[in-house]
Amino acid sequence: MNTLARELVKSKMVLASIIILLSFIFMALFADFLAPYSPIESDLSISNKPPSWEHPFGTDELGRDILSRVIHGAKLTLTISFAATAIGALVGIIVGILSGFYGRAVDTITQRFTDVLLALPGFLLAVMFVAIMGNNLATVIASVALSLVPSYIRMSRGLTLQVKELEYVLAAKQLGVSNIKIMTRHIIPNISPTLIAQITLNLGTAILFASGLGFLGIGVPPPQPEWGTMLGTGRTYMFYAPHLIIFPGLAVFLVVFSFNKIGDRIGEVIASK
Amino acid sequence: MIRLIPGDPARVLAGLMASEEDVELIREQLGLNKPLYVQPFTYMANLFTFNLGVSARTDSPVLYEVMARLPNTLALALSSTALAVALGVPLGVFAASRKSSKIDTLVSTFSIVGISLPTYWLGLIMITVFAVELHLLPAGGYGTPAHFVLPTITIALFLMAFIVKITKASVIDSMEKEYVVTARSKGLTERVILYKHILRNALIPVVTIIGLQFGSLLGGAVITETIYAWPGLGRLIIDAINNRDYPMVQGSIFIFALLYALVNLVTDLIYTIVDPRVRLG
Repeated sequence: MNTLARELVKSKMVLASIIILLSFIFMALFADFLAPYSPIESDLSISNKPPSWEHPFGTDELGRDILSRVIHGAKLTLTISFAATAIGALVGIIVGILSGFYGRAVDTITQRFTDVLLALPGFLLAVMFVAIMGNNLATVIASVALSLVPSYIRMSRGLTLQVKELEYVLAAKQLGVSNIKIMTRHIIPNISPTLIAQITLNLGTAILFASGLGFLGIGVPPPQPEWGTMLGTGRTYMFYAPHLIIFPGLAVFLVVFSFNKIGDRIGEVIASK
Repeated sequence: MIRLIPGDPARVLAGLMASEEDVELIREQLGLNKPLYVQPFTYMANLFTFNLGVSARTDSPVLYEVMARLPNTLALALSSTALAVALGVPLGVFAASRKSSKIDTLVSTFSIVGISLPTYWLGLIMITVFAVELHLLPAGGYGTPAHFVLPTITIALFLMAFIVKITKASVIDSMEKEYVVTARSKGLTERVILYKHILRNALIPVVTIIGLQFGSLLGGAVITETIYAWPGLGRLIIDAINNRDYPMVQGSIFIFALLYALVNLVTDLIYTIVDPRVRLG
């Protein structure tokens, strides 16, 4: 793990990405102290004002400070990103390993279930889920997690199929080591590097999906300062107040870029070993 | 499942001023008064004859509306895929042939930027710049070739970034294969090796990725079509969800899933052409 960390900071771009991410995490944790104004309270007398000294990012259609909303939005976006990816990956990996390890009926059932999830493009699956379940923070997290699950099932199943035929795994089996122990001691450590790269990339995808839902008006509902929702409502006013859409979008881009850059590098480092 | 969407479609359709009898009448017409467990079976039986029901909002058949929108979505998907392939594949090969150079780093950074840019944001920025400020292109709508430019670029950029990345990795991978060494020792020119040996093999994973991405591109249509007011299937779904138009949501999702399956099938078929070793069992 230490060598991986050292490899990562070698590249300037990756280092920059890590710093960007850490500052967004910092923003999310201390939003209440950092944000100069309330992200929710409106003041219609100063609506749609362009950036100024009092409001560096300007104000939105209800006169709320956009900088404060972007800062508080980091909390929401990162929560969704980490929670959805964690749930999606956890469920997908467990199901995938079991499916690959036990084969037969377990495999058939899980694979047909995966086929159903894969019948629609991931984003559309998330759209359908929130349309049915209603949109709030919990359903948005669940919908994004659901759209990530199939790829984890497929991936960890495939990796498990490869690893389970390796000689020492077969040997462990011959020695009478329990299935649970084989999975936790041999299979998981072997397949985790590839999965870690995938998880890092998915943290970015999760943000794109969640704020995409917000943009369409079916994500985290207003007045919550979710970046995608901000873009969706700001769109109405963009012709004369373009600052409404510039900053939330920039925030999404920076965070997603950082996750992708780091994930990409992890993948490269693992592949070169 | 769609029936779980909160809200009563009969009431939405009848409007605020409707009497209780009117609402009941509409319910009967839509078959909503039948028991909940009967409704999905009636629906599935109808699917075999492509009878997708009637829109709860406009009264026109769902299949008719979906089919009217489908060509628009496909046209946009095809034009952006064509653009992305035309630019992405050569750029990927170029970056691979100059591995670890400045150009290579530039291309890699570009491809990560392309993957990370939220389409909805990129779309809005492009509208602001090219339509609002420069008055060069229409901000949205459908009709002339000029209407294609912005949506096509918006979608193509993401796809292209992906294609560049995969092409580069695949070409670099093929360069180290034994048949390339053999070809070189036979004294073939680098040009012939690149086109005849490396590219033919390297393109196989690229085809798969294009096929898979074409599918998710259809999902992304939901967003692009909303930004550019493009009269396609994606916007139809979002409008139908907002209007609680159940038959329309179900019907368009059904066609979407069918289309998605078809794209995956075609990808598999193209696979056998690009790689003669693969035979359909």
